[in-house]
Amino acid sequence: MNQLQNFTKGFIKENPILVLVLGTCPTLATTSSSLNGMGMGIATTFVLIGSNVVISLLSGVIPDKVRIPAFVVIIASFVTVVDLLMQAYVPGLYETLGIFIPLIVVNCIVLGRAEAFACKNTVLSSFIDGLGMGLGFTLALGVLGAFREVVGSGSIFGYKFYQGDGILVFVLAPGAFWALGYLIALVNRIKKT
Amino acid sequence: MAKTESTFKNMVLSLTLISLGASACLGFVYEMTKAPIELSILNKKLDAIKQVVPEFSNNPYKEMYKLPTGDGDSLEIYPAKKDNIIVGYAVNTNSKKGFSGNINLMAGFKPDGTIINISVLSQKETPGLGMKMTEPLFKNQFNDKNPSQFKLKVKKDGGPVDAISAATISSRAFCDAVQRAYNTLQKGGLK
Amino acid sequence: MEYILIIISAVFINNIVLAQTIGICPFLGVSNKVETALGMSAAVTFVIVLSTMVTYLIQIYVLDKLGLAFMQTITFILVIAALVQMVEIILKKVSQSLYQALGIYLPLITTNCAVLGVAILVIKKNYNLMEGVVYGASIAIGFGLALIILAGIREQLELVDVPKGMKGVSLSLVIAGILAMAFMGFTGIVK
Repeated sequence: MNQLQNFTKGFIKENPILVLVLGTCPTLATTSSSLNGMGMGIATTFVLIGSNVVISLLSGVIPDKVRIPAFVVIIASFVTVVDLLMQAYVPGLYETLGIFIPLIVVNCIVLGRAEAFACKNTVLSSFIDGLGMGLGFTLALGVLGAFREVVGSGSIFGYKFYQGDGILVFVLAPGAFWALGYLIALVNRIKKT
Repeated sequence: MAKTESTFKNMVLSLTLISLGASACLGFVYEMTKAPIELSILNKKLDAIKQVVPEFSNNPYKEMYKLPTGDGDSLEIYPAKKDNIIVGYAVNTNSKKGFSGNINLMAGFKPDGTIINISVLSQKETPGLGMKMTEPLFKNQFNDKNPSQFKLKVKKDGGPVDAISAATISSRAFCDAVQRAYNTLQKGGLK
Repeated sequence: MEYILIIISAVFINNIVLAQTIGICPFLGVSNKVETALGMSAAVTFVIVLSTMVTYLIQIYVLDKLGLAFMQTITFILVIAALVQMVEIILKKVSQSLYQALGIYLPLITTNCAVLGVAILVIKKNYNLMEGVVYGASIAIGFGLALIILAGIREQLELVDVPKGMKGVSLSLVIAGILAMAFMGFTGIVK
């Protein structure tokens, strides 16, 4: 596939969370508001791009039998870098996302792309794959977050347009499950037509 | 992939090199971000202190001292002075009794123990419920009250505090944190 | 008494899957049969208890002592990966059938957010070793509970007509949402 297809496949056709159903943990937990969700998505995108590029670079050098531990070390390093950078420069978002920043290391999307794509493709392709998948993930998180935020707290991107509480359950766990479930069903429907 | 054979030597070598490389990079980033991280923690505390005590001309952060709480913990006290006279104490207090974990407050007291204002530093309570402790509707009821007369207990426990609807545990934890701050300050002697 | 609180909180009130939404991938992936759900829960419990112990000891005696707190993510995930490998080897020898049934989901325990999540939470909550292990075991039980309940429901769903668009993941998520709502009722247990 050409690089344009490589880039855009992460948005709808192979959207990591809505189609491949990977990386559900941070999705449910950080999408209580649209900005939080997108912040998480961007942090994950950084790790995705970084690990994809490095793994692609080193793919000829890492012996097959130890590739998973090697990938994990590389991914964990990028996660720690993102964690430290966020703590230093965006402390508000860092505190909101909390434990989910280190949990990026077990985000199935990152290890999944490393295993399925980065170790078999060129550095440029891996970079674009990471970028596309990451942005697709961010987009999905943004949409899900926006829905939960509008319905659940009567605000959008932090701007409260409805004074008082919305349907609070959507900001909590049950609402997260429902919103994601129906969003996936919707995307499935759209893909079929 | 794997143009390199999976011999034992190669496996150990590659893993060791990758780990060393990773650790080196991380060490570098850690050193680089140490200062900004400390700065942002400092700024957060300073902002909170400004919110809970009246105007001051000293540097409360430099004059911070710790007082024991009596249950094995100690709290940070930040004295605020104007022209060398104490106008208030900001106490960094906490409670482990939150619904979803620790809550961290900065409580400002007048020298006579009256609460000036309270700022929530961190909490992980439920949105729409316990999280409402950050809203003026709940936390402003503590302002201008002196814990020696105003019992820091929710109505359910016989006190005057209006708890957040359906978030009694969070409300209780908030009271607990403020009470600890007041007790610690009293024990240490208001200077 | 403290331990009872930790257990009840971790299993019911702050259930790792249904309240904290951590550990969803295996939750959705292995919950189609009660038998596999049981096997998976047992394996996860074993890994969590062991990893909590090991990561705690490493944090206290290595990371904190050497000021390497920022290496937490890397060391923890490597410990977990090693433990899962161990479990795989043991399981292969002890129960071939369970090994086959769990299939690819066994190595995926490494990427189970719950395992790494618990290791980090124990440190964050300042538990001691005993409390940490009890907490870890309770979280694992809570995970198993959610998993088995969903598996039981999904087994019944096999016999029913489901709209095509909702089949599979979507329906599981909606049901999980209802379960999460039900579990919210437990918040009243702790007065």
